Amino acid sequence: MNIRIEARELKKAFNRRVIFQNLSFSLAQHQTLLVTGKNGSGKSTLVKILGSVLTPTAGTVTVTSDFTGRDHSPLADIGLVSPYLMMYDEFSAVENLSLALAIRGMSPHAAEIDALLEKVSLYDRRHDLVRTYSSGMKQRVKYAFALVHHPAILLLDEPMANLDNEGIDIVHRVMEEQRERGILIVATSDLSDINSYDLRVDMNERR
Amino acid sequence: MNAVEHIGHSWARSVIAIFKKDWHSELRTRYAISALVMFVITTIAIILFSIGNESAPPDLLSAMLWVVVFFAAMSGLSRSFVTEEERGTAMTLQLLTSPSAVLFGKLLFNIVLVFGLNALTVVLYALFINGFVIRTLSIFVVTIILGSTALAASSTILAAIIAKANTKGTLYPVLSFPILLPWLLTVINGTRLASEGAFFSEALGEFQILLSYIVVVVATSYLVFPYIWKE
Amino acid sequence: MAVGIWLALVIVAGLSLPMVSQPSHWYELPIIPGLEEKARIIFFHVPTAWLSVLAFLSSMVFAIRYLRKRDLDDDIKSASAAGLGFLFCTLATLTGAIWAKFSWGTYWNWDPRQTSIFVLLLIYGAYFALRSAIDVDEKRATLAAAYSIIAAVTMPFFMFVMPRILSSLHPEPILNAQGKVQMNTTMLVVFLSSLAGFTGLYVWMWNLRVRAHRVELSHLHPTSSGGGALG
Repeated sequence: MNIRIEARELKKAFNRRVIFQNLSFSLAQHQTLLVTGKNGSGKSTLVKILGSVLTPTAGTVTVTSDFTGRDHSPLADIGLVSPYLMMYDEFSAVENLSLALAIRGMSPHAAEIDALLEKVSLYDRRHDLVRTYSSGMKQRVKYAFALVHHPAILLLDEPMANLDNEGIDIVHRVMEEQRERGILIVATSDLSDINSYDLRVDMNERR
Repeated sequence: MNAVEHIGHSWARSVIAIFKKDWHSELRTRYAISALVMFVITTIAIILFSIGNESAPPDLLSAMLWVVVFFAAMSGLSRSFVTEEERGTAMTLQLLTSPSAVLFGKLLFNIVLVFGLNALTVVLYALFINGFVIRTLSIFVVTIILGSTALAASSTILAAIIAKANTKGTLYPVLSFPILLPWLLTVINGTRLASEGAFFSEALGEFQILLSYIVVVVATSYLVFPYIWKE
Repeated sequence: MAVGIWLALVIVAGLSLPMVSQPSHWYELPIIPGLEEKARIIFFHVPTAWLSVLAFLSSMVFAIRYLRKRDLDDDIKSASAAGLGFLFCTLATLTGAIWAKFSWGTYWNWDPRQTSIFVLLLIYGAYFALRSAIDVDEKRATLAAAYSIIAAVTMPFFMFVMPRILSSLHPEPILNAQGKVQMNTTMLVVFLSSLAGFTGLYVWMWNLRVRAHRVELSHLHPTSSGGGALG
């Protein structure tokens, strides 16, 4: 797969106030990036930019892989879990995952979806509306949503939010698997969330 | 299948999937549909009671029909984009597919909504408003088809804009009126011709205007939407 | 400074050059039947209408530039142009209404040009309503740009539609469709000078506004990065 992600001179400003600038790094397959910083330092902003759901004020993010140039959408490389990510709560977990695949232009496979929901311990409640879920369950649906298309790059913003011990174990397993598969990027204010990383960006120093 | 074909194919699947999502969501929650139906029924009732036993000139009745349609559209067509913003699912959609797929998927949804809305309005209008007579049905039918599509096209891109602003409710008609004014005048004229019993060929000018309006608005939406949609 | 003197001369000329039925001296203006002294308003009304359109187009040009380069300075230029356009459009609508009262008897007539300038006024109003409904500078710039582009592409339709619907009361244009000038030479000179003068005034005012906005914004949002605020 040979996935690489490169950020060059990233800058973001809101209302002309600069959140961060001159941010550059490069990540290769099997590598992990840790983004740290106190609340409001721009961690989530950076994650959104890397996940291509926010446009930087300046600078570029480039993702390259063996897939580039074929019938491959760059969106398929990205999986994102974030407190800002919302599921469609009038639909069930299964329906959310089906629509995610369908909107990506892929075919939903019921068996695969069930297996994934089993992995995040939502199998029993998979047909219930997300509206009825606890916050921990909602967090776990987000993981399923981020993983259902097997992304090469997984971005986790506050990965352990709302999770109990079982949930935390699930996330550690997910992180391990992602390191095997591609690139892992974790943004957190709690350093105990992650045990090893290859690169670290501290947003506190970036202003 | 070469790469371009495959991308086109999955883009189309994306568009349909977004349409289906909005459709199923609407069926479950029924926010827009109930608002629209109630609005149409209430407004026609108001017109009915205001006119009473007086007879209103056909020109006026043609105009009022489309005024009702305009305001009904204003009360319901922004929902598709506004709910994504309000519930925070806009980012979710951005992760899933390209902006153009979102635009066309929601455009499709609004087209279906508008056709349903107009069908209801026209039926109620024809049944209950005395004095509203259509002599050339073909003109009327084509006017409604083209007019509905044009209305959906403008309403969709404008809904995308106001969904990202603060005072969505009042802003929507304010932004829409100047943009939809050519539409309004043309569909009223077309309906007037239909009620006067004009020949089909006399309305060709109106149809040309509506058709080019649709093309221009859709093309401009396609070019401009990615800037609106992506933060 | 130069603009001020120029315009002062124009105003004096416009108001004081005598109107006679058979102009024989270079300083005499022809009497236009039906308008007589009130024709002088042409030196002021037409330029304001011209400026409201010019401002709108230039606002749109800067809007497109903003969308491509994301330089907020382009947004300042775009908004400043629109602000002036709004002002001149209001003046054009008012002077137009006054002229209408004198020529045709009522302040408002369903004349295509009078209606068009009013619709342009509505577009300006909608544009500023949109701008005031958004807090974030970058988003405000993007959405306003998108709206002005949509308004610009749909306005021509209005121009086509109006004549179909209504007959025109507007005086036979002195600069008619073939571009042949039917204006008496003196009148033409004063008229064109007025046009040039007002355009100069516009450019000068626009420059002032842009600079004022830049200063205002750099005080509001002092940045720590070198170079100060964008632009």
